[in-house]
Amino acid sequence: MPAMPKLPGMLVGLGVTFRTMVRTLVKGSHTVQYPRVKEAPVPRARGVIALHEENCTSCMLCARECPDWCIYIEGHKYKAPPRRPGGKPRQKNALDRFDIDFALCMYCGICVEVCPFEALFWTPEYEYSEPRIADLLHDKSLLGKWMETVPDFEDYESGSEAKKAQVPR
Amino acid sequence: MSSAILAIELAYWQQTVLRALLGLVAVLLPAGTLVYLFLFKMMSFMQSRLGPMETGPYGSLQLLAEVGKFLQKEDLIPAAADRVVFKLAPFVVLISTFLLVLVIPAGPDLWFIDIDTGIFLALAVSSISVIGILMAGWASASKYSLIGGLRAAGQLVAYELPLVLAVMGVVIQAGTLNVQGIVMAQASGEIFGWGGIGNPFILTQFVGFAIFLIAVQAELTQPPFDMPVAESELVTGYLTEYSGLRFLMFFIGEFATAGIFSALAATMFLGGWYVPGLDPTDNLFNVIGPLVLIGKMVLVAFLIFWFRFTYPRFREDQLQQLAWKFLIPLSLVNIVATGVLKVVF
Amino acid sequence: MTDVSNRNQLAYIAAQASDARVNVEFETEGMTLNLGPQHPATHGTLRVIVKLDGERVLRADPMMGYMHRGYEKLAEVRTYPQVTALVNRIDWLGSFANEVPFILAAEQLMEVEAPPRAQWIRTILFELSRISNVILFLGDMGVQLGAVTPVFFAFRDREFVLNQIEAVTGGRFHPNFDRIGGLKDDIPRGWIEETTGVLGRIRTFCDEMEDLVTGNEIFQARTRGIGVIPPEVGLAYGLSGANIRASGVDWDLRRDGGVGLAHDQVDWKVWTHPDGDSFSRYWVRLQEVREACGIIEQLLGGIPSGPVMAKVPRIIKVPAGEAYVETENPLGVMGYYVVSKGDLVPFRVKIRSASFSNISITPWVLEGTYVPDVVSILASLYFILGDIDR
Repeated sequence: MPAMPKLPGMLVGLGVTFRTMVRTLVKGSHTVQYPRVKEAPVPRARGVIALHEENCTSCMLCARECPDWCIYIEGHKYKAPPRRPGGKPRQKNALDRFDIDFALCMYCGICVEVCPFEALFWTPEYEYSEPRIADLLHDKSLLGKWMETVPDFEDYESGSEAKKAQVPR
Repeated sequence: MSSAILAIELAYWQQTVLRALLGLVAVLLPAGTLVYLFLFKMMSFMQSRLGPMETGPYGSLQLLAEVGKFLQKEDLIPAAADRVVFKLAPFVVLISTFLLVLVIPAGPDLWFIDIDTGIFLALAVSSISVIGILMAGWASASKYSLIGGLRAAGQLVAYELPLVLAVMGVVIQAGTLNVQGIVMAQASGEIFGWGGIGNPFILTQFVGFAIFLIAVQAELTQPPFDMPVAESELVTGYLTEYSGLRFLMFFIGEFATAGIFSALAATMFLGGWYVPGLDPTDNLFNVIGPLVLIGKMVLVAFLIFWFRFTYPRFREDQLQQLAWKFLIPLSLVNIVATGVLKVVF
Repeated sequence: MTDVSNRNQLAYIAAQASDARVNVEFETEGMTLNLGPQHPATHGTLRVIVKLDGERVLRADPMMGYMHRGYEKLAEVRTYPQVTALVNRIDWLGSFANEVPFILAAEQLMEVEAPPRAQWIRTILFELSRISNVILFLGDMGVQLGAVTPVFFAFRDREFVLNQIEAVTGGRFHPNFDRIGGLKDDIPRGWIEETTGVLGRIRTFCDEMEDLVTGNEIFQARTRGIGVIPPEVGLAYGLSGANIRASGVDWDLRRDGGVGLAHDQVDWKVWTHPDGDSFSRYWVRLQEVREACGIIEQLLGGIPSGPVMAKVPRIIKVPAGEAYVETENPLGVMGYYVVSKGDLVPFRVKIRSASFSNISITPWVLEGTYVPDVVSILASLYFILGDIDR
């Protein structure tokens, strides 16, 4: 056990902290003063889920695949008028209730991924905390309002064969 | 003292009240300044962040907010604790701090006491805090506190010696134990015949200064010597069971002691309230002396806290080895060298 | 077999009973101290019961299970995509690395191979999660030993890595990006350039850590010669990862295993250290971060073009069979033994986590050390509670 520490290594360490201090004083810190300054999250960030109601056919795939069972869907069937005169009325699904309970949601994205009709989208919006847990149940209208915050899909890197999807506006 | 500064003569009880208030200010002011400047701000800047910014401009009132927070906490005493000793421990540590501040002069006429054994008194009363820490560790009736208290006992006693011996060089060079005399010796001294900046003892006593700083770091149980309060091992060591106002007393006591030791180091090594170029007996120093002293104290405290935030902590036996096998022999060599060189030059 | 463990258990209970008398009194013989489960030193809710004689440890027993979340049971009732989402949370610091062995095992059962582009991007994200995990260790070891600044630098520079992971996957901590047959999505434009810039920052951070921590004599005095684990003992206890490489064993599954990651396409080196003490474990991990930066840089330079997902059906039903895949995760060797009966849901998933075996050596290595060294050794072994308890 060395009783006499050599100086150089310890002095270099002092230099590191001193340099960081000077840098913070001169150039500013690495932190931002939230909520005065807000950092913008990346477009793919999983903040909240938005629902494009026109595309939803109440197929219940998202509610079934959710690991937490936090999506509540209720719908009813109705007869829509035939597409052309003389045809038979079509049976369609109407969405009565589509709630996502964000107190349970683990932000895994499985619901958005399995939706065959592209009715669910991720948005980077994250400032929706509530004083009451019950208010974290976002209903159909709120989920529709989140659609306004959905960013367009980004282009892919060169060499990619993936096709960029479109966000229905 | 008061008749020299103020134009009126105060009654003895009025002088006492004034001295008591000033003593309180002298203890709390360094504590508050150091806590804000170094603990909140300097540590944050060294860690690439800004520290408290919301309470007051640039977070300057954060300490007040913390005091308020501690005051409104529940007063918890462990059931198995020795109640009397538990309650007395913070006061013992604070007594040591208040006694220590008495010897430091802030100007040619701004002193609490002016006795011929000032340094001796300072070093003697600084040891009282050891008892307080031991009381805290023992009376808390918790294993963590006990281990912290035992470590503190060994460490603080071991580092008393380098503290005292490092100061001896200064005393030999100044020729007096009187603190005001040491300041005057630096003010009116000369370096090889040039009296421009006096003779701050740091130039000749740099070894003593380094040893003093290390010993002060250990006396305050600051990293790298904070085994008694090793936060990642013992929660907070001997402070574990203290909450609310009692913890605040320890906390303020620690920073006040840091400030006062820095002021003492500034007085002994950097020249105290003296600014080179002016006459030491000038009445101007009664006004700017405290400010100069605080400035030098901040400088020395910067060094202490810089080490605190950079280094990991020593293990207990390595700590003891450092004290007994390295610092004490070095300080003895320093004393011998100072004595010889004082006679030669 | 059973009566040995019964005897041990009885001896333990008897020792505890004899210690129960020695409670708070000032006795220097056999004080029992609980490090944890709530404690600033442990990386989570681990309880280490140490029996002390003064400051020397007579015996140390780690007690885990405070964070058991029942992953293996949960996996029996969740579909494969759902299990992938859950498994992120086992080692939550390097979370993409948890998905990889599971997906590789499922791909083995389905006899499907991910296209090369997917394999390369998978490897890049795997190494990014290694960097993110080990950076935290580099800072955290400082804080366990009392230096408060390195951990802030670690969190600061880790943010950049997490931002890059978020830019691709959408999640900083729980990417949930690996899929059977490839990846969920492709990388966005500009990501390669940004990530190369971030790697420069990580290299600067490694240099800072060398100046601030490994070069510091106090740190060396605290970690050199402390907690020496000879290679045979380490291998016998099942240590893996940087812990065993720090004892001189040249074994790395990225090079020696044969799984579907792209490590064999790039030039890189396995770092070992002959000493086997806490310092060498820190040092090896520091070099591994630098090496991971090198690996990612080479991979970023030559990602093959192509699809990012192989042809797999929409609803995944894995054919019956068993597969075991282990990979070199940031904490050590992590393996998944997947048994499938042809359903949507795996029949049984056994998770071999690295930290579980890493802390099994704790009673052996902590005997006879000082209390401060207990913290230093536990910090250098680097376990994550989620990994131990699952």
